[in-house]
Amino acid sequence: MRLLALALHRLLWFVPTLLGLLVVTFVISRVIPADPVALVAGETATPAQVEELRRQLGYDRALPVQFGEYAWRLVRGDMGTSIFTRRPIVEDLAHRLPATIELTVVAMVVSVLVGIPLGVFSALWRNSVLDHALRVVTVSGLAIASFWLGIMLQLLFAMRLGWTPLNGRLQGFPPSPITGFYLVDAALTADWRTLGAALMHLALPAATLAFPALATLVRFTRAGVLDVMQSNFVLYQRAMGLPRTLIVWKYMLRSALTSTVTQIGLLFGILLAGAVVTEAVFDWPGIGTYAVNSILRSDYNAVMGFTVWAGAVFIVVNLLVDVAQTLVDPRERPSN
Amino acid sequence: MSAAWFVVRRLTRDRSALLGLLLIAALVLAALLAPVLATHPDDVFELHPAERLRPPGGPHWLGTDRMGADVYSRLLFGARITILIGVIAVGASLLVGVPIGLVAGYHHGWLSDALMRVSDVFLAVPQVVLAIAIAQTLGPSLPNVILALSATYWPWFARVVYAETRSLQKEVFVESTAALGASPWRLTVLHVLPNIASPIIVRASIGMGFTILTAAALGFLGLGPPPPTPEWGRTIAESREFLPDAWWYAAAPGVAIFLTVMGFNLLGDGLRDVLDPRLRRGRGAR
Amino acid sequence: MTELLSVRGLSVDFVTDGGVAQVLDGISLDVGRGEVVGLVGESGCGKTTLARAILGILPAGAARLRGGEVRFRGADLLRADPVAVNDRVRGRAITFIPQDPSTSFSPVFPVETQIMDLMRWKSPRAPGGNARAPRWRYPRERYRTDREAVLETLRAVQIPEPARALRRLPHEFSGGQRQRLMIAMALLPDPDLIVADEPTTALDVTIQAQILRLLRELVKERGVSVLFTTHDLGTAHELCDRIVVMYAGQAMEAAPADVFFARPAHPYTRRLLASVPTGTGEIRDIPGEVPSLVAPPPGCRFHPRCDYATPECRAGRPAPRALAPDHEVRCHHPVDAPGGVDA
Repeated sequence: MRLLALALHRLLWFVPTLLGLLVVTFVISRVIPADPVALVAGETATPAQVEELRRQLGYDRALPVQFGEYAWRLVRGDMGTSIFTRRPIVEDLAHRLPATIELTVVAMVVSVLVGIPLGVFSALWRNSVLDHALRVVTVSGLAIASFWLGIMLQLLFAMRLGWTPLNGRLQGFPPSPITGFYLVDAALTADWRTLGAALMHLALPAATLAFPALATLVRFTRAGVLDVMQSNFVLYQRAMGLPRTLIVWKYMLRSALTSTVTQIGLLFGILLAGAVVTEAVFDWPGIGTYAVNSILRSDYNAVMGFTVWAGAVFIVVNLLVDVAQTLVDPRERPSN
Repeated sequence: MSAAWFVVRRLTRDRSALLGLLLIAALVLAALLAPVLATHPDDVFELHPAERLRPPGGPHWLGTDRMGADVYSRLLFGARITILIGVIAVGASLLVGVPIGLVAGYHHGWLSDALMRVSDVFLAVPQVVLAIAIAQTLGPSLPNVILALSATYWPWFARVVYAETRSLQKEVFVESTAALGASPWRLTVLHVLPNIASPIIVRASIGMGFTILTAAALGFLGLGPPPPTPEWGRTIAESREFLPDAWWYAAAPGVAIFLTVMGFNLLGDGLRDVLDPRLRRGRGAR
Repeated sequence: MTELLSVRGLSVDFVTDGGVAQVLDGISLDVGRGEVVGLVGESGCGKTTLARAILGILPAGAARLRGGEVRFRGADLLRADPVAVNDRVRGRAITFIPQDPSTSFSPVFPVETQIMDLMRWKSPRAPGGNARAPRWRYPRERYRTDREAVLETLRAVQIPEPARALRRLPHEFSGGQRQRLMIAMALLPDPDLIVADEPTTALDVTIQAQILRLLRELVKERGVSVLFTTHDLGTAHELCDRIVVMYAGQAMEAAPADVFFARPAHPYTRRLLASVPTGTGEIRDIPGEVPSLVAPPPGCRFHPRCDYATPECRAGRPAPRALAPDHEVRCHHPVDAPGGVDA
């Protein structure tokens, strides 16, 4: 019941926050540029044509009216049309969403499966060689520019060693589109060669994206485990001779993870952000490149669409994180 | 001021914080003394097409780029840009965010809620994206990058200050000082500010690192100061078409970014450990 | 006489920021079968350290064993194979009741999970044998039998509605109930010895007596020995057959409970008993302070605060002297004893 109350509370804030976001982006896209319509019309358009276009697009009306109409359309699921692709933006986003999600999920999975155990070992064998090595990784993970890391990985693994393809999501034909996720579709249709190829294409971008996430996870898991190691219940279990594996991987980890769960949720949001730049480096056909291209092409509607989508995702992720936090630590049922 | 001395003393005992301090000092030195330290100080503007894409060695310690300019020298001048962007952007964010956070923390009404909702809006979208949007709209230039970064980072300061002010209000000494009749201004300056100074300083240091990374990303995407400004991110973008052969062209600026950001991160961590051990756990990576 | 537990000359140092603290100095004590022994002393006298040394859970980095042995059923636990000790002694032959029951449970798992995890490895029906092969298998038959035993023991410690209680989280119980759970968990493996570290200190005073009586009843019923530490003489009086007094890491006197309270011989013991607040409003505390363990007083560590101290006391530790078959004292001048001083 409390959970429901929390969810509702969050959803209530969802709307004003999203609205605020819309206002900000709207203002940016309509007010600041000298003349967005002229940009759209192109360089060869005559002033008369520009005016005609302005009337057509509705840019001649008062700003609040324009905003109201945009918001109304948005509620009905219409984000407008991309000036560049001439398709509904919702369609563009939906088309590119699976690529970004696949990349982000793979990066997330890798960083969790590798990062959490490494964090545990780092704490258990404090000040060992492994711990110091991991400290280096952790610190550098947040200091390396993602796009540079991606380029360096390309340099080494794709160009010099030739182990992985250089960029893109896949060469040749994609597997039958069941879900839009190449890995899933290839597995479902037993298309093993495509599955392998898709994995190879995913390798570098996922590694680039996962690196800072992994660094953060190792750091927080380590801190969490170190903290838990001092607990009285750990002392009790040791006194009663319970096997070390049980104490560490069932009890200590569970307690240490209560803070890590929040981190994972936040990381997902940060990963989606990092995906923007990483996708640009690897020519990954996802929402990130769409956003960057739209921005560079002054396709403001598309930029708005992307911002709305990104904002919504962030807010939903935060909500899920709060819910997950409550589930993981049953003592922490929030009372707001 | 003895408090500052105490901090410095504790800090010097932490080896990684010292390393951070060293790296930052190196950066500042490189920036300040660029004309002196550079082997080819005029290469920021001059072109030597005949020398293009030379590997490291001889007169060119880190090789040359596509214009024949000395990579090492341009790197040093790029340090100036980096520091400028970092300091001004974080400074501006601080100057905007801290007062907002204070006001929001003090008031318990619609104003406070509104301010925090506004900052939530800015935090709802990944900073990179928003900065890109702003920078693109305004056009690629140094001031615009700084503006874009400041406009997107102030909420972090506002949030920290807000949280600290709120928790301080519950502290007895604030209540009693107010009860003694101290004006809100006096209360703020003499009592609240010193207590929130630590989290602000920590956040500023970590913010420097983060801002520099975002600035580099903007430069990489072509939204930073235009050529011939030797901004590090842009240099990396320029270098891409000459890979894998001219590897030094791409590697050098990236390493420079790495060392700079690591310096600020290490210092920030060290400051956090010294100034308030309670802050150590549970905070986000930014 | 073959005692169940026999500690001989145990000395343990702790490495601290201020130097090396000699926390335990040549401690010896015995616990017989079915006997409840109380280890009494002020805070910081080393009783918790002794309890942990017996259990083998001293912090590996900070604690250093300087000498001595801990013999349990004949074997020296300190020098036996650690894996075997962890598997067959800890949680089986010797169990533990911690001081603070609220933090001794994992807060995120229901009580049932935690108790059944214990039973999986430490139930009397769990296979013994090769300690090196971890036995993760938990056959359903045994699980059911064990669960029955758990419910029965929960009833014995007076937890209402045991089946429902099992499904709850630890924080849903009161402090007293949590300690009853701890007692149950200490009894379930059918141990020979329970080491209880100040088991009632963290509880409300009104509940302390209840818990103590329950514990005594249960262990006497099953013939389990108990070594329990406390700083409270009242608790000791309630629970123990025999009492050992510790001061600053040294054992001072050991006697059966009635003798201990009636005819204490060691000056420290007498002072301790005298310092218990009586109705007269007079407070007779012991002048001076507990010594630093980094630079402890030589010889008998109580001598700086002792009324009867002589240069002999500083020169060397007194050897154990038996005033009666089971009344031992380490003092150069035991009170009311042949060769000692008069009260």
